[in-house]
Amino acid sequence: MVGIRAYGAYIPLYRLDRAEIAKAWRSPFPVPGEKAVANYDEDSLTMACAAAIDCVRGIDRGEIDGLFFASTTPPYKEKQCSTIIAGAMGLRRDILTADFSGSLRSGTIALRAALDTVKAGSAKNVIVTAADIRLAGANGLNEMFFGDGAGAILVSSTKVAAEYIGGYTISEDFMDQWRSDKDTFVRAYEERFIRESGYTRIVPEAVNGALNVCGLKPQDITRFTCNTDDPRHLMGASKILKFDTAQVQDTYFMSVGNAGTAVPLMTLVGALEECKAGDTILAAGHSDGCDALVFKVKPQIEKVRDRGGIKRHLESKRMMPNYQAYVLWRGLMYMEPQSRPGRPTESLSALWRDRDWGLPLRGCKCTNCGTPQYPMQRVCQVCQTVDKYEPYSFADRKAKLTSFSNDNLAITEVPPLTIAVVDFEGGGRLTCNMTDREPSDVVTGMAVDMTFRWMHYVGGVHSYWWKCKPVRF
Amino acid sequence: MESIKDKVAIVGMGCTKFGERWNAGADDMIIEAAQEAYADAGIEQKDIQAAWVGTMFSGDTGRCLSEPLKLNYIPVTRVENMCATGSDAMRNAAYAVAAGVYDVVLALGFDKLKDTGWAGLGDVPFPGTGRGLIGSQGGSGPSVFALLATAYFAKYKLSPQEGKRMIGMISVKSHHNGAKHPKAHLRREVTIEQVMNAPIIAWPLGLFDCCGVTDGAAAAILVRADMAKKYRKDPVRIKALQISVGQNQGFCRSDFEYTSVYETVHAGKRAYEEAGIKNPRKEISMAQVHDCFSITEAVIMEDLGFSARGHVRDDIEAGFFELTGGLPTQTDGGLKSFGHPIGASGLRMMYEVYKQLQGKCGERQLKNPQLGLTHNLGGFPASATVSCCIAGL
Repeated sequence: MVGIRAYGAYIPLYRLDRAEIAKAWRSPFPVPGEKAVANYDEDSLTMACAAAIDCVRGIDRGEIDGLFFASTTPPYKEKQCSTIIAGAMGLRRDILTADFSGSLRSGTIALRAALDTVKAGSAKNVIVTAADIRLAGANGLNEMFFGDGAGAILVSSTKVAAEYIGGYTISEDFMDQWRSDKDTFVRAYEERFIRESGYTRIVPEAVNGALNVCGLKPQDITRFTCNTDDPRHLMGASKILKFDTAQVQDTYFMSVGNAGTAVPLMTLVGALEECKAGDTILAAGHSDGCDALVFKVKPQIEKVRDRGGIKRHLESKRMMPNYQAYVLWRGLMYMEPQSRPGRPTESLSALWRDRDWGLPLRGCKCTNCGTPQYPMQRVCQVCQTVDKYEPYSFADRKAKLTSFSNDNLAITEVPPLTIAVVDFEGGGRLTCNMTDREPSDVVTGMAVDMTFRWMHYVGGVHSYWWKCKPVRF
Repeated sequence: MESIKDKVAIVGMGCTKFGERWNAGADDMIIEAAQEAYADAGIEQKDIQAAWVGTMFSGDTGRCLSEPLKLNYIPVTRVENMCATGSDAMRNAAYAVAAGVYDVVLALGFDKLKDTGWAGLGDVPFPGTGRGLIGSQGGSGPSVFALLATAYFAKYKLSPQEGKRMIGMISVKSHHNGAKHPKAHLRREVTIEQVMNAPIIAWPLGLFDCCGVTDGAAAAILVRADMAKKYRKDPVRIKALQISVGQNQGFCRSDFEYTSVYETVHAGKRAYEEAGIKNPRKEISMAQVHDCFSITEAVIMEDLGFSARGHVRDDIEAGFFELTGGLPTQTDGGLKSFGHPIGASGLRMMYEVYKQLQGKCGERQLKNPQLGLTHNLGGFPASATVSCCIAGL
């Protein structure tokens, strides 16, 4: 049996009330609801990493033998991002990694590829993680619509929580939304054409194809999930397919916004959270054609409930103060730099040597005196024993804040920078930045956990590392 | 193991005006400090047999000293130990004299920080990835030391107001003293209200909790102690020279509380032992310590055994460290007011001790001082390079 073994999601802590956007531009077309906004130190890679970590909660990462990353907004054009995510997660080296990009359907394409890979027996456990952080022109509808988020699915041949029954794919060149190699902001063609000649024709065709392959009727489907540029288009397609409103999975348009490539996986995760054994999910991903994949939920689903998923991430939120914060975080305006020397370029060879240690936040535990330490110390900090240690991971451990400073002089896009000294449960210390916090709420003794974040961009290199944050849930 | 005590004497010292010396280059300041020291010792440059020069940012090799001074091809060593650079240059010079290899040597420290174009310090290159280092994560020097303040306030249950007042009083005292020194960088008195209401640099440290970034140079002529009286009637003898260097403990160990800097404790203890001091609070007449930030001075007072653990606040409130107090500290204004050209600071501190012991400090003059202590703290509270020197008549 091949299918979904576990699921996970990530939605940034911060939300922007769409009324703030309308206010900034005196928009005549206010859109209700709010959108999730990645912090300044988040991108598609870090969000996909967070969702993948959420997905493998309680699962031995040594079992993972593949990681697929899907996004239309990867931080690198030439350079694989899935290897960075796999490195941060401390996955094995002898695994299959791949980046899927170019289409909002990349998430379901990656999911199909993972299902086929596992089915073929060339891998046993493949994580598919999708995220997007798309930019739209200011004062347009898509600026209101677009939100940030990530979803992840662990495809496996063991402990299957939702069995893959079958699927159907249509590939069709269709220009609805796109970005050329020279574009920063998403372009869109005329809305009525997109809806009538595109979405509401292509999606039903693929879904009907999948139903046909699996020998199912619309009423056999407990939950139909699909991404859409506009919730009204999804309603239109569902009507054509004769799905009841109750069968159609919410796309989180009012709470997250259109998270692009992440939506097909996020909505599938949302459906998995709500479905029980015996239910059938039809998960579709639209753009440049359409994928439609059918899953049958198994009793095993009850064993993978304990994770952040969509629900907990949705509930845990903090409103952004205004639209300026959004402009600042997305780097859409030239900000006066700090009157300090710029950042030095990274030593790529030093970072490479640190790939099994610092990247996954792995330190060591002295096998003589038992003291956990970061960074790895060849000579024990406590008993000075030489070269007697075992690797010790800090990334999943809870910690408490021992000291901090809110630094207004720091080199950062969004001052102040919170410098944190954290002590882990079970021992070990780290000095790092704190993110997703209100500076005035930071107090010694507070509980924190670790999150993999974007650090800075110097010399064409995006640097990533771990920060602490207040525990979300 | 022998002690350095009374083996080496300082017979001449020089110190430039500290400040934003836009009109002077590093070479100008080096010449200025060296010439004052020669004149003070009554020697000529050709009498110098070897030299040690300390700078962190402003020069490389011994040539940064020999080139401006034209030292006639004598041995010159450049020393770098962050903020303890100047003190370590003097330590190495003193050891060479104590070893009997040289009779007359020069130790000079300088830094020309204001040529970087930045208001604050320049960049410190680091080896490796920088992961886990505050600076490479974007943090500034003030935030590194603010960690001491946050943890100290938390441990001793001081409210932000109480804590900021405690460290603020330190700055008020230092500005008061520095205003009386013609060579100090920042020569204006400040009130506790000004200090506490100043803009926040790195919480909880405000503008007046941070020392100046300064240009300057200071120099000392060291000779064998048994020859010292040949040069002057009031030579100052070295009683102790200690350095303690950290092992990254505060970045690795969760038992490091950020309320004490271990290296200060180690260097202090060893210096007292070397100088034969049993009760530093009583026996030390004055201390010039590394007040890069006001909180640093507070913690140093406890680490050096001047104040009981957790009780420096009582001594601050009682005026114990003021010019008229039991243990005057930063009698020239300290890093806070006199300024902090990194490589020069240790020798600048010794300059003040030297002048105080000789009774030449005018309205800042202490009554009959016997022993003076200098202390530098370079790097991070979590892993520091600390020097502790004691000198007396």
